[in-house]
Amino acid sequence: MTDWTWFHRLASPPYVYRTAARLQTWFTALAGLLVGYGLFAGLFVAPPDYQQGDAFRIIYIHAPSAWLSMMCYSTMAIAAGVGLIWRMKIAHAVAAASAPIGASFTFLALLTGSLWGRPMWGTWWVWDARLTSELILLFLYLGYMALRTSFDDRTRADRASAVLAIVGVINLPIIHFSVYWWNSLHQGSTVMKFDKPSMPASMLWPLLACLLGFSFLYAALLCVRLRAEILLRERNASWLAGVVELR
Amino acid sequence: MKAQSGQTVSFSSACATLALRDVRLAVRRLGQVVQPVVFFLMVTTLFPLALNPQPSLMREIAPGVLWVAALLASMLALDSFFRSDFDDGTLEQLVICGQPLSALVASRMLVHWLIIGMPLVLASPLVALALYVPLAAVPSLMLSLLLGTGVLMFVGAIGAALTLASRRGGVLLSLLILPLVMPALIFGARSTDLVIHGEPAGGGIWLLAAMLVLSLTFAPLAAAAAIRICLE
Repeated sequence: MTDWTWFHRLASPPYVYRTAARLQTWFTALAGLLVGYGLFAGLFVAPPDYQQGDAFRIIYIHAPSAWLSMMCYSTMAIAAGVGLIWRMKIAHAVAAASAPIGASFTFLALLTGSLWGRPMWGTWWVWDARLTSELILLFLYLGYMALRTSFDDRTRADRASAVLAIVGVINLPIIHFSVYWWNSLHQGSTVMKFDKPSMPASMLWPLLACLLGFSFLYAALLCVRLRAEILLRERNASWLAGVVELR
Repeated sequence: MKAQSGQTVSFSSACATLALRDVRLAVRRLGQVVQPVVFFLMVTTLFPLALNPQPSLMREIAPGVLWVAALLASMLALDSFFRSDFDDGTLEQLVICGQPLSALVASRMLVHWLIIGMPLVLASPLVALALYVPLAAVPSLMLSLLLGTGVLMFVGAIGAALTLASRRGGVLLSLLILPLVMPALIFGARSTDLVIHGEPAGGGIWLLAAMLVLSLTFAPLAAAAAIRICLE
């Protein structure tokens, strides 16, 4: 028999609050180690690229940010779905906590891409399919957060924004492919150097470490924001007296 | 609905009654139907004024101008989707009337497609010819706009339902919906562009039709869920 009690315990704010606090320490430590190694090895140890020189090193920030921009959205949508189906308030708190982090990573991916594009492509911005779909993703995040703030009632904000997150996640592949299709008709294939299949190990390992490290960073940030959300939502609950010391 | 006590109204007659009521309301409040078209015509007039009105340039920008203007015009009309019914309580009656809400919502979407989308489609040849689009491209342009306005209406209904209970409707609604309907804009404008240059419209029309079917399938469910959330 499968033990389902863990699932029910997830509905309890005190339990989640304490678990998040405990996990946060671990996630922060892992993120620090992995990102620290990845950035050091990537920025100082890895050899410069034969074509791009040192400019390629922005990949150690750019690729993890782009990866997380999508992972945050899927986390948000799954949490929103769980909240909508099982009416689990904590799941809505996870979705609410995830959105600003995801928007920040999306912005960071766009920013680093643009900084990289200046020396490589000669412009800050090209209407490349990846850049454009990343930009639309940022708009989706902004719409989600705007909808959330437009309600006075928290339950209603939770559930309405959950519907939007799910609609968005159905639409994301369509947006992605439409942008690729549009792009392939407008201009020839852009020089995407990241498509290069082979990468020497001295470049690849730091990148993988950064990918994993950024994921842990996201998890740590999510714990911080989730605890803040729980504090906000449960501010009148009596269990908080035993957890938070008032100053 | 006109149910006598103890008598149940059949599902199809409920949808038909609602659709008939919406059409009648639209005919009586004609401004609601005419204003988006006037907006569409005015916005498309701005472009020749703002740019150099030479035929080659106009023909080049025509698909983009037509599609963006149609998008914005139908966006303006979205707020009227459920607003007045929400304000006077009709929407609550629709929720508790015992008929599947998503089907009622779908019937309303189809009516709005008829009363908002269709006038835009009918006005589009005028704009297209004024922008020096060749006459041969007009039927295909109208077809793509017909499909595209349908997608805009169906997806837009979700946004209209979500923003019902929020304090500020208009700007927020466009913020939510515009990213979601960008694919329709891409496919529509692109196929129009191809037709203007004398090529077959290609996959764009089919993809628009596919999106129309997809949104007609899922959008009523999402919009109905959103209405329930805003009313509970």
